[in-house]
Amino acid sequence: MICDKLNTELTPDLGKINNFSLRHVKLWVSILLTTIFCLIQVACGGGGSDSGNAPVPTAGAGGTSQTTTLKNFQSLIVETGPANLVNVLTTTVTICNPGDTTRCASIDHVLVDTGSTGLRILSSAIPAGLQLPQKTTVNGSALVECTQFADGYSWGPIKAADLKLGGETISSLSIQIIGDPNFRAVPSDCSSTGPSENTVADFGSNGVIGIGNFIADCGSGCATNTFNRFYYSCNATDCIPTALPVAQQLQHPVALLANHNNGVLLRLPTVPKEGAISAPGTMIFGIGTAPNNGLGNAGIYNLDSTTGTVPISVNGVFYPNSFIDSGSNAVFFSSPNTPVCASGFYCPASPFTSTFGIRGSNGTNTSTNFLVSNADTFFRLHPDFGVAPSLAGNTFGTQSVDLGLPFFFGRNVYTAIEGKTTPAGLGPYVAF
Amino acid sequence: MSIKILMSGVTLAGLAVSFSAAAALGGDSDSINQDRVNIKAAKAMPQSVQHQTVSGSRFSVQELITPTGTSVRQYIRADGKVFAVTWTGPSVPDLRQLLGPYFEEYATTGNDSKQPRAHAHRALTHNDLVVRSEGRMRAFSGKAYLLSMVPTGVALDDLR
Repeated sequence: MICDKLNTELTPDLGKINNFSLRHVKLWVSILLTTIFCLIQVACGGGGSDSGNAPVPTAGAGGTSQTTTLKNFQSLIVETGPANLVNVLTTTVTICNPGDTTRCASIDHVLVDTGSTGLRILSSAIPAGLQLPQKTTVNGSALVECTQFADGYSWGPIKAADLKLGGETISSLSIQIIGDPNFRAVPSDCSSTGPSENTVADFGSNGVIGIGNFIADCGSGCATNTFNRFYYSCNATDCIPTALPVAQQLQHPVALLANHNNGVLLRLPTVPKEGAISAPGTMIFGIGTAPNNGLGNAGIYNLDSTTGTVPISVNGVFYPNSFIDSGSNAVFFSSPNTPVCASGFYCPASPFTSTFGIRGSNGTNTSTNFLVSNADTFFRLHPDFGVAPSLAGNTFGTQSVDLGLPFFFGRNVYTAIEGKTTPAGLGPYVAF
Repeated sequence: MSIKILMSGVTLAGLAVSFSAAAALGGDSDSINQDRVNIKAAKAMPQSVQHQTVSGSRFSVQELITPTGTSVRQYIRADGKVFAVTWTGPSVPDLRQLLGPYFEEYATTGNDSKQPRAHAHRALTHNDLVVRSEGRMRAFSGKAYLLSMVPTGVALDDLR
């Protein structure tokens, strides 16, 4: 029942921005209770009441029509999250011991990230009763990952779990457990990539569901190179780097769904320009596979198939290594004359508009305006807001523009997975 | 800051300076053959590239490629000191090696909660050290330099 309550609480009401502290508190209490109590005898999240699912007719074999239940979506929320940040887009995921629907846990506040691939959960967010089996290498040692992010690394074992996404279940998915106390010793090779992000406070959320453009997290570089510094083989005393075939690396969970597996649509509402405490959203699986995920008149922007980047311009100057990333909590670009304040974000004397141009490798062009306002003023006026639609930061002369979460407000943003067929051709692309 | 590197001044130096790559930031470029081994560079470019700024400052750039294909460039002053390091490629290089004594400062200086927080970015300016790291899986890039050691006339935006 608690799980049902959570589902109801999180069901998005698009267009209605939650701006009341009381509801905010209620939501937190609900989430807390759910995390604590969801390890129960009934499958959480995916079972029984599928309220909100619309039965839709689909064309069956032979031209006859049959009715199936459409459940290819999950609720999202933008708020401060467990580390008291802003613009943190998260969902609640339900994982179970493989093959055992009675031993499940719902993990709230898992970052929804189009900038990475794979499901990773902080060890501290997993109830003790859920004991997921360890994945091993060919020689029987524990498979452990050093996930590289630009801002640090996350270390922890790869384990198997059944993951429920919408109405579907992915069996025995490899997921990373970050900060597992049974794997405390971090190889220096791994920790040499930067700051550690092995706690909820350092990581910024209870985990991440990476739904980017790539099928696997590291790719062929980790399949052919032992010293890839992503994957390690650990025994009781030591960890050594190991190569790992792409199919055994962390996989894009959506790509493994039986249906709706060619990409993801993130749908976030328009929010007040002054911000809000929180905002709802929806993550819809598949592109052009159901009535709720059609491309409509969205523009298709093909990405570099090796790097996943796309050229984006600022006021006419293109930055080749740019990307669109729901896991970034601001829009990052170079604006040499704009003051950067103590918080590290831009703090212009008065709000200004920047124009970004996006140029897909297929030649599709568009431009969009983005309002940048003073971050320090925002934090001072609205210390409890988790939604900051005009938050921007500096890239300090690097070669990219990062259209982070503020770009997603008021848009449908499609992320097509590499090699997957969609009505607009093969991924990887972004569309909006 | 706006002075451009004189590309016409580029020359190729001989093997005398080759493999003096991968010195730690702020360190001596002579000490570093071992560093190339430590970083497990698949290969080093056979020569360094010499540059001269409009104002006359000379420096060289030495590039090596890590096993996963990440390009690491060391910027070396005329006196042999490494004043900047940049990287771009599918993985983050061994920053403990490349930043040397400055790595702990980079790895442990904290982010406040209301600072930019994105797994795709980290920007640190702390004492003399400046580090910018960005990107996502398959496409990382970054740079690190010591403010006090950057030769006159080198545009920081041109470090890439």
